[in-house]
Amino acid sequence: MFDRRLVSNFDWVLLFTVLIVAGIGVANLFSATASWHSGGTPLYLKQLLWLSGGVLIALTICLVDYRHLEHFAIHFYSVSIGLLVYVLVLGKTTMGAARWINLGFFNLQPGEVIKIAVILILARIFAKTANPFGYSLFEIWQPALWLLLPVVLILKEPDLGTAMMVIFIAASMLLFAGLKRGTLIGLGLLGTLVAVAGWFGLHDYQRARIRTFLNPEADPLGSGYHIIQSKIAVGSGGLFGKGFIQGTQSQLSFLPERHTDFAFSVFSEEWGFVGSLVLLGLYFFLIVWGLYVARRAADRFGLFLAVGVTAMIFWHIVVNLGMVIGLLPVVGVPLPLFSYGGTSMVTTMIGVGLLMNVSMRRFMF
Amino acid sequence: MALDQKWKELPAVQRRFLFYSAAAAVIFLLLLLRLWYLQVISYEDLQERSIRNRTRVLSLDAPRGPIFDRNGVLLVDNRPSFQISVMRQDVENRTLLFERLSPLLDMEISELEQRWQEGRRFPIYRPVPLAEDVTREIMERVQEHSVDLPGVLTEVRPVRDYLDHGSAAHLIGYLGEITEAELQSGDFKLYRGGDFIGKTSLERTFDPYLRGEKGRRLVEVDVQGKLLRQLQVEPSRPGNKIYLTLDRELQRAADTAFGSQSGAAIALDVKTGEILAMVSRPTFNPAWFAKGIAGDEWNALAQDNRHPLQNKVIAGQYPPGSTFKIVVALAALREGINNTVDCKGDFVIADSRYRCWKKRGHRITDLKKALRESCDVWFYQTGLELGIDKLSVAAKEFGLGAPVGYPLPGERSGLIPSQEWKRQRYNKPWYAGETVIASIGQGFVLATPIQLAVMMAAVANHGKVLKPQVVRRVEDWDGHLLLQPEPEVVRQVEYSQKTWKAVRDALVAVVNEPHGTGHAARLDNVLVAGKTGTSQVIRRKSDEEELDEEGKTPYRFRPHALFVAYAPAEKPEIAVAVVVEHGQSGGRAAGPIAKQIIQRYMELKEEISPELEE
Repeated sequence: MFDRRLVSNFDWVLLFTVLIVAGIGVANLFSATASWHSGGTPLYLKQLLWLSGGVLIALTICLVDYRHLEHFAIHFYSVSIGLLVYVLVLGKTTMGAARWINLGFFNLQPGEVIKIAVILILARIFAKTANPFGYSLFEIWQPALWLLLPVVLILKEPDLGTAMMVIFIAASMLLFAGLKRGTLIGLGLLGTLVAVAGWFGLHDYQRARIRTFLNPEADPLGSGYHIIQSKIAVGSGGLFGKGFIQGTQSQLSFLPERHTDFAFSVFSEEWGFVGSLVLLGLYFFLIVWGLYVARRAADRFGLFLAVGVTAMIFWHIVVNLGMVIGLLPVVGVPLPLFSYGGTSMVTTMIGVGLLMNVSMRRFMF
Repeated sequence: MALDQKWKELPAVQRRFLFYSAAAAVIFLLLLLRLWYLQVISYEDLQERSIRNRTRVLSLDAPRGPIFDRNGVLLVDNRPSFQISVMRQDVENRTLLFERLSPLLDMEISELEQRWQEGRRFPIYRPVPLAEDVTREIMERVQEHSVDLPGVLTEVRPVRDYLDHGSAAHLIGYLGEITEAELQSGDFKLYRGGDFIGKTSLERTFDPYLRGEKGRRLVEVDVQGKLLRQLQVEPSRPGNKIYLTLDRELQRAADTAFGSQSGAAIALDVKTGEILAMVSRPTFNPAWFAKGIAGDEWNALAQDNRHPLQNKVIAGQYPPGSTFKIVVALAALREGINNTVDCKGDFVIADSRYRCWKKRGHRITDLKKALRESCDVWFYQTGLELGIDKLSVAAKEFGLGAPVGYPLPGERSGLIPSQEWKRQRYNKPWYAGETVIASIGQGFVLATPIQLAVMMAAVANHGKVLKPQVVRRVEDWDGHLLLQPEPEVVRQVEYSQKTWKAVRDALVAVVNEPHGTGHAARLDNVLVAGKTGTSQVIRRKSDEEELDEEGKTPYRFRPHALFVAYAPAEKPEIAVAVVVEHGQSGGRAAGPIAKQIIQRYMELKEEISPELEE
């Protein structure tokens, strides 16, 4: 059962890239929370713990051939849906939204778990049904249904950011599977229609965020505060940054959510454009490597799995960075491997585990 | 599996890997462009905003400029005062803190709580004062317990310190808390509620010179406004030094001579118009205002019917009485009226009888005797011949009836009546009887002590009317001269030498000859020229009614005592005017005060001159 080739083909490049990025992330958390004097385990240590746990999970996933996972996709999906429903009914509320389940040692966010479940189930479907001519509008009703169920549940929480993430991941996989031109145009129109209709279905705070994004200076102490302070933090970092633990915006608490969603602002303020360039380079390499893994995958399931996981990481990076540098509205999306948070770290590491799994079994037919 | 591979090998699918990588590259490039825009292109703007974000400016009190006398003797300075304040941001348990502080400061907990609440309108990084100007003992007690008093700090603030128990308080003036209107006027940069500024007299008029420039303390705060550390200090610049025209020694002499009576005294330098001493009684101590005066203390001062807050030298308007006769005599000689009158003790016109102060009468009286012995009848007769309008013109030439230009606020104009004035004021014709009583400085005639001093200086100067000066010079701390007022001649009053001599000789006789009413002001070593005055306050129906238990006239009905003088008579240097309210007799009550001032002036001159001769 255990093949020597598995060891020789182990994707060290992927693991090291992930560890370097996550290591920078932990150091950045150390700086971001340097001025906190509350007792208990420091956040960066907790994050280090999550990272170790994540690596363990990733390695564990590598032990099981991903092709067996294909058969568990449906079960995993069902359990995830169940958690979503549970959270809707009984979940804890933060800032008006029910998003997590308290498991004692950490808060499980089904919204994160469902991303993996959707990737698995769609990879399974696309692996079976992909054809050289691309899907027509009538052939995609099945994946559409699998996608719509969790999206509706997440929107009900409500969590627009996660719902969008799930849709982006699914769309990336679908586009890769191929669409007929007419279908592409049709879906494009449909998406526009939904977006317009969705504006009226948005919560006030969500609409305020979008309006604020368009003109943050109109409400500098209210909704625009996050964006303005983040832009000041990033911009005042300049070319070379203010130095480790020297960022005034972050150290003096002007930057909100600086250990979670706005962790990159802290990094960018303290390390400047040069530091940001290095970090973005690492992330870009991770994405390209993910696509490379997909290309070398032994089968179509592995290929779509890799594409899905890469899309997940990619969209999180883009939406989070776009948000903190004022290109996109503020939606609560963490930066993978960088923002503090157990669920995000575990979800990302599950994805990384799947990627490594696909990568190391590329020659096994 | 083979099918898998075949699909993957399709050029369209292979292109998708390339396309996805390229799309990712483009998006990452966009992110980098945005970062470039923020961190390189907008750097300066955002950098500046990040500095503004975290810094706040605290102002530092500037010590007020000191005030010296003409010889550089310190009159008003600043002393350090200890203020116990609390940084709200550092207090976790307010109840406990106040329980500990209350016995240390001798203050009720409720009082501390009230101060705390008042401080809440200020930003959290600014200390809230709990107790101002506490004693050194209390300050030390608080510092001993500082470990148990988190957030409590001792600040040292400059407070106005008045040496000599607030001598010349009316000239110097006092401080008070800045008002909302003053804050909004834009004249007070960096000032805030609770700051003190000059409110009256010199402290007010010269406030721009005295206040100095506040310093700034740039501090770093966090998002809650909590003070974290000090970044930069611009020290405050103390206010400029003011040298007054006052002579501290002469001022002390005038203070001592006046004692506890009510009234005013002023001494002028005849050549320059500089005020050498200025006394207004009763007085107050500006120190009471230096740290904020309590409401009831203020009311006691403001409602005292002897008016301690009023500067009677410039705002006390008194009938000048016989001191006015100097002007009448001069004006009469100018008009060629040089009477010799037989004074029988009274004077009758149009069925009205006007008495001379000497009931037996002065008998044959000429100008010199009339002034020397202050014969009322001679002046009734002369004034009537002169007429009120000519008298009025002469009086106004000497600075009476209008402000003399005292450089600080609050001066009143007194009153010199004329026919025209009465028509406008009362719409009634002028009566001869009114001229009669105006001729002895009664009736409508009113003058302030400073006007009488200016008049006397002009007589001493052969008609040169000078504007009174208060400030000799203003200097900054590097010794640069900022202001040095020059003597200012208001006008030259023209009289013949003969006229001057006649009147001035008579004024010397007042003090130095037998029967002179001013003999109380006579000095051995210097020839004093002067004139007494005793002015009726309220005209009574008869001399007999309303006597108090001891058979004396009740205080409020007693006449004011006046004395004006200059010395040395041959070559005058100092002019003095003294008014003792309800002092009964000009010669006996006011004369000795003038004498002591002149005497001290001569002594001080003696002390300095030998050195100059060496």
